[in-house]
Formats: sequence, C-alpha cells, structure tokens
Amino acid sequence: MVRQPKVTRFAVQVLLVLFSAAFVVPFVWLISTSLKPIEQTLSLPITFIPRAYYATIGGRRMEVTLDFAVTQPGAVVRYLSGDDAGKAGFLGAKQLAEAGASVQVIHPVAAGSWHITQRLGDRLGENAVSPVWDVVPRDQVDSHIKIRWANYPEALSALGGDAESDRHRVGFWTFLGNSVTVAVLGVLGTVISNAIIAYGFARLRWRGRDAFFALTLATMMVPFPVLMVPLYGVFRTFGLIGTLLPLWLPAWFGSAFNIFLMRQFFRTIPEELSEAARIDGCSEWRIFWRIVVPLSTPVLVVAALFHFIFAWNDFLGPLIYLTRKDTYTLAIALQSYESQNGGIQWHFLMAASAVTILPVIVLFLLAQKTFIRGIATTGSKS
Amino acid sequence: MTRQDRKQLRAGLGFTSLWIFGLAAFTAYPVIASFYYSFCDYSILKSPVWCGLENYQQLIHDDLFWKSLWNTLFYAGLSVPLGTATALGLAMLLNQDVRGKSFYRLLFFMPSIVPVVASAMLWLWIFNGQYGLMNGFLNLFLERFGLHGPAWLADPAWSKPALIIMSLWGTGNAMVIYLAGLQNVPLELYEAAEIDGASAWQRFRHITVPVIAPVVVFNGIMALIGAMQLFAQAYIMSEGANGNGNASDGNPARSTLFYTIYLFSTAFQDLRMGYASAMAYILFVITAVLTWLATRLSRGQYEDAL
Repeated sequence: MVRQPKVTRFAVQVLLVLFSAAFVVPFVWLISTSLKPIEQTLSLPITFIPRAYYATIGGRRMEVTLDFAVTQPGAVVRYLSGDDAGKAGFLGAKQLAEAGASVQVIHPVAAGSWHITQRLGDRLGENAVSPVWDVVPRDQVDSHIKIRWANYPEALSALGGDAESDRHRVGFWTFLGNSVTVAVLGVLGTVISNAIIAYGFARLRWRGRDAFFALTLATMMVPFPVLMVPLYGVFRTFGLIGTLLPLWLPAWFGSAFNIFLMRQFFRTIPEELSEAARIDGCSEWRIFWRIVVPLSTPVLVVAALFHFIFAWNDFLGPLIYLTRKDTYTLAIALQSYESQNGGIQWHFLMAASAVTILPVIVLFLLAQKTFIRGIATTGSKS
Repeated sequence: MTRQDRKQLRAGLGFTSLWIFGLAAFTAYPVIASFYYSFCDYSILKSPVWCGLENYQQLIHDDLFWKSLWNTLFYAGLSVPLGTATALGLAMLLNQDVRGKSFYRLLFFMPSIVPVVASAMLWLWIFNGQYGLMNGFLNLFLERFGLHGPAWLADPAWSKPALIIMSLWGTGNAMVIYLAGLQNVPLELYEAAEIDGASAWQRFRHITVPVIAPVVVFNGIMALIGAMQLFAQAYIMSEGANGNGNASDGNPARSTLFYTIYLFSTAFQDLRMGYASAMAYILFVITAVLTWLATRLSRGQYEDAL
C-alpha cells in the first residue's frame, strides 16, 4: 500500500466505483429479469424494476399484461387462415382493408393513444389458447412495483421438460442431486488422495522424487482436449458412459494442481515435529495422519472449495459423459433447457441461472477469506 | 542402494501410489493413446485402423480447421492481454490507500466463480440485440447519432468481441493473484526510491514491474492455455443467439467455431476420433510453443526491467 496525495486517492475511489458498477450490473440484471413478468423482458426501454400493470375493464380494475401500444387506428384481429390461424394481432387500417375476410375483428381501435392488454389470468389459465384482448386508453393504465417470485418455482419445474424416468419425474431435484453427488464425491476424493500424495512429495526423501514432481507439474500444461477422446474410450470400455462415475472417480487419484498446492503447505510445517515423532517410533502414516493433517486444515479447505466450484461449474465433462436426462447435472440441464423451446423465456432462464449460481456464491461468501488466500498462493509458482 | 534408501523409496512410492495410478490412467495413457489415434481411422465403435499421416494431410486442406484456428487465436490474442491488463489495473487500484478495499475485492472476484453455463446465459441475454442490457445502454448514446448497437452474438463481426467482453467480467481471479503479488513489494523500496527522487512512473517501472512480472507471465500463460480451449461459452451462446441448428456449428457464419468446438463435434458427433486426435495434438503443440515463447520473451523483458 502506497500513500498518495488526496487528488489521486479521490480519482482511485471514483475509478473503483465505476469499475465495481460494471462488475455488479450484470448480477442486478440477472436478478431483475428473473423477477419480471415475461412481457417486461421483451419491452423497450429496458427497465430494472419489475412492475405490475392495472387497467379498469368493464368497470372492474384488474391486473393485465401490456401487449403493445398503438397510436394509429386499426383493429385487434384474430387470423382465420394461413400460418397464424387462431392467433391474434393488431392490424392498421390499411392492412385491415387488405386482409378482408381472412381476419375476424375483435376490437376496433380508434385514433388516439391505446394499450392493447391481455387479462392476466388468461396467460396461464384455461383461456391461454384464446386470450381475452382489451383496448385500454393509455392514460388509464397504472402500474406499481411487483416482484414475481413465482418465476422461480415455475422455472425450476420447467427445467426438466417432459422427460420422465421409470420411477419418478426427472426435474430440478434430480439435477440438483446429481450435481451434489458429483461435487461431494469429487471433493472427498480430492482432499483425501491429494493429501496422501502431497505428503509423499513434501515430507519424504526418496530417489526420483524431484524428477517425478517435475513430471507432475508438467502435466498441468496438457490441454484437456488431448485427453478427451482416450478418456471417453476408457470409460466406454467399462460401460460407464451415461453414469456420473467418470465425473468424480478421477478426483480420487490426485491432480497435479492440488498436489502442488498441498505440497507447498506441508513444507512449511516444521520438520522437527516429524523427526521427534520418528524417534518415538511413529510410522510415516501416523505422522501424516496425526501431525500433518491436523495442522493443514486451511489448505485442505482450499482444495475442497476449489474442487467443489470446479465440479459444480463443469460443462464439457458432463456434456461428453452424460447421455440420459436423469443423470444430468444442473449445468447441463440448464443448457438443455435453453435449447429445448424455440423462443427463450428470459425470465425463467435467468431464474434457473440464479439458482445454479446461488450455491457457489453462498459458499464463497461463507469462506471468503480462505478463498482469497488460497487463490493468492496458487498464482505464484515458487 | 542401502536398506535405508530402499525403505524410503518404498514409503515415497507408497504415499504417491494413488497418483502413480492416476497419472498413468488419466493422463499418460490418454496422451499416448491420442497420439496413436491421430495416425488412425477411428470411430470408437470399431478398433482404430492405422492410416499414417492421412489425418494431418486432410487437416491442412480443411477450411473449417483453419477457420477454427483463426477464431481461437483471435479470441486468445485479444482476451488474454485485455484480461491481464484489466486484472492488473484493478489490482493496482486496490493496492492504493483506499477505503472499502475488501468490499471491492469481493465484488471484482465474484463473477469469476459463477458457473460458466449460468454466465453464458446471462451474457446471452445482455448481448440480445433487441432487448439486451448492452444495447439498451449503448443506444442511449448511439441513437443521438442515428446509430444502433450491433446484434452482437448474431452478427459475425461482433460475436467474438462479445465473447471477449464477457471474458473480462471473469478476471477477478487473476486480480486477486496480482494484488497478492503487489502486496509482496516491500514498502521500504518505494520509500527509498521516493527519497532518491524517483517519479511515480520510475517507481512503477523499476520496482513494481520487476516484482510483478513473473507472476503476470505465469498467470498469463495459464490464461492463454485456457483461452485456447474456449468451449462452453461459445457452444452455449452461439446456439442461444442463432436459434435452431447445431450448437457446434459456430454460428453466425462460423464466426464462433472455436478450436475445441470443432474438435468436440468431430469426435463426438461425427465420431471421427482419429481426426479429432490429430487436431488435439496440433493444439498441444501450439500451446507448448506459445508457452515456451511467452516464458522466453518475458525473461528477456524481466531482466531488462531490472
């Protein structure tokens, strides 16, 4: 930290505020969209605050959705033929004349400023196929803030699509269970295996150790695509494609990054502790288990956190190995949800994304200090 | 070898035995096998058939291969330097005497742990040409000149820049590392330099740069290796922004056909595992060469800075 003149400090503060706004706005937009009704995700100018709209129709004040605003005369019509048969829309006076008998006029619209609204109950209710349209003077529509929490359960129940397994419906809880399984089994494997391996590299002296460690570090440079095809072949030979096993099993056999991380930490534990134990006739395994492990909680936690995040966020692995919907992790389910319906329902997609993000953010906020310290140590190679 | 040596060797191998197996099964075997497959006609359904250099010869004449290589180098060539500059800039801001440091650090870091699928969805929506936040913001200015923001992910000219902008959002990880590096610089050095009349620029050039350079190079290389393997964001966002069609087509107009996406579709959709392995090995070589170059170049600069 360097002491600076006041002007510089002010400039730094301003820059920091601007940058953090840029980093935070996407999160705000995510949450804001996830709480909006669908039509507000598809209207301009964009807004951040979800609102509800009300209009008085036939003497009753009711919640409506604003479908669009018109100023020109024309009519709300229902198409009777062609590709759009059965659907409704607005036609201007000229188009209306051209359309002739191919449309049925529902509401004539006079010159002025109008909102064409749809009654809210109809969107999800029994009239969903043939919604009730109203034409309301624009100045008679009012609105206030309304947060649509219901998007969340609706988005999550839509996540599974119409897939079903033999026993139960495949949906959000299945995907969550799969993600948790992969992450937890992977975390256990990572912590246990790498601690044992790193002990061998950090606290024991044996012929070939340093060469083997150099080789270990070199494997970090191998791009995953190089391993992808043969790994798929191996798991296929054992009939494991379409199961969760390929996603967590390798974690039980060490990884260069974690070995490196833990070795660095183990080396900081005073050698005298081990020596004293050896003189007392302690086996290496006991020294590892009774002395080194209890002193190494911070690094074990860091490795566990990193692996949890890696496993939770992994996309390519599950994309390759998971073939059946009932084995999907949340990440893959989210991606397949995006592509399963023609038009993207942004409010649902953002709600489902927010739910996928939540566990890692919560974990991070709980273990913030450990995280930051862990990352800071991984960045320096010495 | 004495008895003691042998005992120690046995203990060492014992503790590392899990890794010996893991290294052999999940790294060494795949590295060797894919080298072999790269000279084979292999569909995974039948055993590989040796075909010599055919895969590599075909690759030279494969327009999509070159396209994907160009797209990837374009992305990596811009996202890595820009990302490094952003991360370093933020770290230097946070290394000043300011209030709320740990709060800012938290904010900058958070996006980097967001699951890639979720951030891809979010940025797909932000870059939506019609209702997205990016154009909503840009149009506030552009409309005064009668202009509009581009269609981003649906426009071949803007799809890669969009992915690069998105990648800057995730630089918090590197920022934390650089900040730790900067905090390792002994304060006395700056004080001594100031007393000797060194300007702010001189202090930065001759104290900060030499200390931080090795950290930047190491993390830059890791970022480069990562950028060369760009997959998930492009795979998800290309389909989301361009509608029906295959997610690995690299739409629009192949502008987001990145190397790993082409490799993935060759291997797992066309089942041309031999051809894909040849691609993987070329990526391996490119990555190794770039890594070597980066270390060499930076070593020269680093000594120069001292």
